[in-house]
Amino acid sequence: MSMSSMSLNFRGTPLREDDLRTGKALTTEWRGRIDYNWDAGVAIGQFLEGLKAGKLLGRKCRGCGRIMIPPRMFCEKCFRRSDEWVELKDTGRVNTFSISYVNWDASRRTTPQVPAVIEIDGASPGMGIMHLLGEVGDSVDEILKRVRIGSRVQAVWKPPQEREGAITDIRYFRPLSE
Amino acid sequence: MGKVAVLGAGLTKFVRRSLETGRELCWEAAAAALQEADLTIKDIDCVVMASAPDAFDGVHMKGEYLLDGAGGKGRPYLRVFVGGGSGVFAPIAGWYHVASGKFRTCLVVAEERMSPTMPHPQGAFNAIYDQFLERPLGVNLLWIFSLEQMRYMQTYGIPLEAIARVAVKNKRNAKDHPSCQLGGDYTIEEIVNSEIMAYPVTRLMVSPVTDGAAAVVLASEEFARKKANKHVWIEGVGWCLDTSYWTNRDLAYPEYVEKAAVMAYKMAGITNPREEIHVAEPYDPFCYKELHHLEGLLLADRGKAPALLEQGYYDRDTLAGIPASPSGGLLGVGNPIAAAGLMKVAEIFWQLQGKAGKRQIRRNAKRGLAQAWGDLMQVGTVIILGV
Repeated sequence: MSMSSMSLNFRGTPLREDDLRTGKALTTEWRGRIDYNWDAGVAIGQFLEGLKAGKLLGRKCRGCGRIMIPPRMFCEKCFRRSDEWVELKDTGRVNTFSISYVNWDASRRTTPQVPAVIEIDGASPGMGIMHLLGEVGDSVDEILKRVRIGSRVQAVWKPPQEREGAITDIRYFRPLSE
Repeated sequence: MGKVAVLGAGLTKFVRRSLETGRELCWEAAAAALQEADLTIKDIDCVVMASAPDAFDGVHMKGEYLLDGAGGKGRPYLRVFVGGGSGVFAPIAGWYHVASGKFRTCLVVAEERMSPTMPHPQGAFNAIYDQFLERPLGVNLLWIFSLEQMRYMQTYGIPLEAIARVAVKNKRNAKDHPSCQLGGDYTIEEIVNSEIMAYPVTRLMVSPVTDGAAAVVLASEEFARKKANKHVWIEGVGWCLDTSYWTNRDLAYPEYVEKAAVMAYKMAGITNPREEIHVAEPYDPFCYKELHHLEGLLLADRGKAPALLEQGYYDRDTLAGIPASPSGGLLGVGNPIAAAGLMKVAEIFWQLQGKAGKRQIRRNAKRGLAQAWGDLMQVGTVIILGV
């Protein structure tokens, strides 16, 4: 029965951009605006306080021994309350990175951003956070020459008076010469 | 636990922007699936709906918005959601509705309209990121994919050309799919040298923005025996989610996909998936994801899927290998998120019935698998169909 000429399958009407512009297809528009205000919570609240003071804080679980970043007040592995705050270093290794020419709205950039997952020194292996890399060049070729997975990096902080308790208190991570 | 059969499948065209609303697309897909199953809505005992984030359509409680088009009026109706994994999770949810013995039949419908979001649906994805640690960095959706692809490539020493081969295969396969949005003949060089979006991801390695819907009809063994003559059964289902702390995860290997696959293999009595799975539809929103998933599904050793692809092991006309994404996948047919996952299930259904037309694989297939993936790169959903 399927695939016969009488099949109801594979129907639908594609529109072109012109159909909207010329009013061939009628549309209606709604600009939603909803504001939110989040409190940072117990773990991330403390973490953001740490950033303001120029420190990266992790949280240790004595059940599995992991030192976790981002910190959480519970260990999702042992499913028990985590135990203590641990001050980590502001250095680490690049777990992975990319070179992005696209903004959130799909518009394009001439100078790329270099997001990365950075495994932080002092945390357990594989424990990383996302941040940006800087001082690594402005083109794919340059950046690939200066960064690879495993590269050592260090946080570049905003000056203390400019910090506000946000992830952006670290401007970016820059390569360390080994 | 009762056996559950697939009796029919329906698909709309996959297009960048459809004239039809989400409701209308649901109705088209559901009507086609019912027709193929030789049933009417009166035969349907319950309905399962899947659609990814509400933000695309700009309609909160989208499940309810879509209900009438999906046949939900006056019936037990449930929307299920595991992000991009929803399209394969929906028939899994449909399976347990029927396998429980509570319902004889279940209509499963999946819909996505990504086109209404302005200026681009990518903006709607930003709200999946952590609001304290990630969004202030100016994130976009491509980041997580490009970060994962880079880790995969560097862990195993895979060149970009080997990743691009997935788009060549899938876009070529898609040319024969009546719903196809982006099929075509491309060279590896064209894929690699297309615009850099977020290196190592180039434009032709990314699935498109798509509107579309898909549906399947499920039935109990007793009901099915009275209907179709060539039965396709759901032999295995599995799903699993990893931690949401994605920067703490092994990005080179999707262990959660393996767990989902092993759950499904165990249920289907499969001990050697590479011998016992004859056709596969792994989730391919990005080129590397198909390879990543073939490895997680144990249809390749870790880091070795690119080599098998190069040897033709996953080609549609292979006789010795496992055709992968014979439909053309998300890269070729299109990616209306939840509907794309269910499209993959429909493809396995048609392949096993020998009804895939020009896309029919050459090797004899008695068992096939469809898989989807999503949320914050953390869910694997797997379904195994067999005749």
